[in-house]
Amino acid sequence: MYLIPQPADRFARRETKMDNNLMLTDMSVAVKQKPRGLKRFFKLLIQQRALVLMSVPFVIWLFVFRYMPIWGWTIGFQNFKPAKSFWEQEWVGFYHFEFLFGDERFLRVLRNTLVMSTINLVLGFVTAITLALLLNEVRHLVFKRVVQTVSYLPHFLSWVVAAGIIRTVLDPDGIINDLLTRLNLIDEKILFLGIGEWFWGIYGASIVWKDVGWNTIVYLAAITMIDPTLYEAAEIDGAGRFRKIWHITLPGIRPVITVLLIMNIGYLLESGFEPQYLLGNGMNMDYSENLDIFVLKYGINQFNYSLSVAASIFKTVVSFILLFVANNLAKRMGESRLY
Amino acid sequence: MAEMTIEKPRRRRVRMSLGDRIFDAVNYTLLCLLMVVTLYPFLNTLAVSFNDASDSLRGGIYLWPRKWTLENYKFVFEEAAILQATITSVLRTVIGTVLTVFCSAMVAYTISRPEYVLRKFVTIAFILTMYINGGLIPTYLLIRDLGLIGSFWVYIWPGLIGVFNLIIIRSFIENLPDNILESAKIDGAGEFRTFISIVLPLCTPVLATVALFTGVWQWNSWFDVFLYNSSYEHLSTLQYELQKTLSFSNASNRSVDFTAAPSQGGLTQVTPYAIRSTMTIVASVPIILVYPFLQKYFVKGMMVGGVKE
Repeated sequence: MYLIPQPADRFARRETKMDNNLMLTDMSVAVKQKPRGLKRFFKLLIQQRALVLMSVPFVIWLFVFRYMPIWGWTIGFQNFKPAKSFWEQEWVGFYHFEFLFGDERFLRVLRNTLVMSTINLVLGFVTAITLALLLNEVRHLVFKRVVQTVSYLPHFLSWVVAAGIIRTVLDPDGIINDLLTRLNLIDEKILFLGIGEWFWGIYGASIVWKDVGWNTIVYLAAITMIDPTLYEAAEIDGAGRFRKIWHITLPGIRPVITVLLIMNIGYLLESGFEPQYLLGNGMNMDYSENLDIFVLKYGINQFNYSLSVAASIFKTVVSFILLFVANNLAKRMGESRLY
Repeated sequence: MAEMTIEKPRRRRVRMSLGDRIFDAVNYTLLCLLMVVTLYPFLNTLAVSFNDASDSLRGGIYLWPRKWTLENYKFVFEEAAILQATITSVLRTVIGTVLTVFCSAMVAYTISRPEYVLRKFVTIAFILTMYINGGLIPTYLLIRDLGLIGSFWVYIWPGLIGVFNLIIIRSFIENLPDNILESAKIDGAGEFRTFISIVLPLCTPVLATVALFTGVWQWNSWFDVFLYNSSYEHLSTLQYELQKTLSFSNASNRSVDFTAAPSQGGLTQVTPYAIRSTMTIVASVPIILVYPFLQKYFVKGMMVGGVKE
């Protein structure tokens, strides 16, 4: 939507869900409204010129800033030289794509992307659902609200701030090393971000720290939709807290979980950009570098535009297919509880 | 939709079994732990920002400064580059938010009108951009060709309208009672008049949500500064300045040798660690002051995208 670190990433999951809903309503309207003949269409256009004037300038904006860059995909099939015009570029077909799949670094980057987005997916779901269930069991409303407000805080902080905080915590002089030393668990201070193999764990912990509170919103909303009489009936039957959670709350939010889970599969190549970029360094780059960073490094730092574009075309096309499949699956399995 | 609230009055339980009590104790402990983990790093940064810079290097600062000082803040605010960056951050946040909210609301209004002929076209044109985008390099080249590099407007135009914002405003407008809009039309108000004087005021809750999301995004952005304007110092932002201090030291905080060059006064003792902590606080305080007050709005905004009856 924007550039590589899509600021709307965190909403994208819900956007796509919305859009099913949107598309459906549009279809039905479109059938009714479809102009019979060009004449009627232009008549309506003039009649509704106020609405046209209010929206068409932004459609032009959209075409310039969102659709025109797609033309730049041609760069991925050329040996692009910035100084030459489009007609003078040398066309090389799929050369760059072939190069990518023979490139050890690219394959490692692909592995990192998949591993980190899977961590993001699984950990994100498990922690958010757990927290939502725990919050739902809190009967002290003020306490509940305080926990919620506090847990939203890291979501609103920038990754720059978050990365700075995470680095301070993980520093050899930071609180974690401090605690471990005091508990006599370690003899020597650990340089956490200097150990490549640990990066994925640090990444997982970081995204959970930042977004777990935020991600509970949708589950808490789903929980409030559960019929309270179910709980009452269960209580009469003598069900305790765990049984009610297991047999009523969890099944109650299952449709939401299913749909969000399927949706998120569409973002398997979107493992984010900022945490990896800001927490990554020379020592952990074998594990931190993902597709977006690869595109940035080749494109902007090394001016290898063509290779960089080829990598991002690969990413967009795969994501598009995944999203398409995920959307259709979600629509089929979403039942009537959603939308 | 509008009546949905997160907190529903819970069923009252008169008797509590032992199991319930244990459950509650564990639950409350876990949630308190979550709050500590969330807040501690932040409070620690706050303490360091108020502590003497060279003293902080000895470590052992937890929640309270050992040697109180305002020198770090003084240094940060007297540094011309940081001051300039703060002004740019404020400007892009204010201008960007106002324009985004207004323009998104306007487009959302048009695609909420069932009779609008271009409704489907406009909606689909926007939604398609969620699936497909040009990517980093093509966008960069476009921005360069448009002459936006080295300009303040590169912070505003490329992100003017987000699809998510459009969708939540649209659903909100569609849920407004029909007769309000109809009566405005009957009174002879044109579309634009209706939008300005009726729809906008009625949409305050959703616009507050969009304003919060946009404002936070604008305030937190650093990548566009890095990408387009890194060689234009007067267009730097606070987050980008902070990001640059992060890349000073790589994996470790305090072990880096850094001879601070106090620009004024000569006696000021600063370290990158202290400056970074101070800038972190400066960069986060505006957000911390705003978001709790908009909580009920954004929770609803997120739910529009989540669950619907």
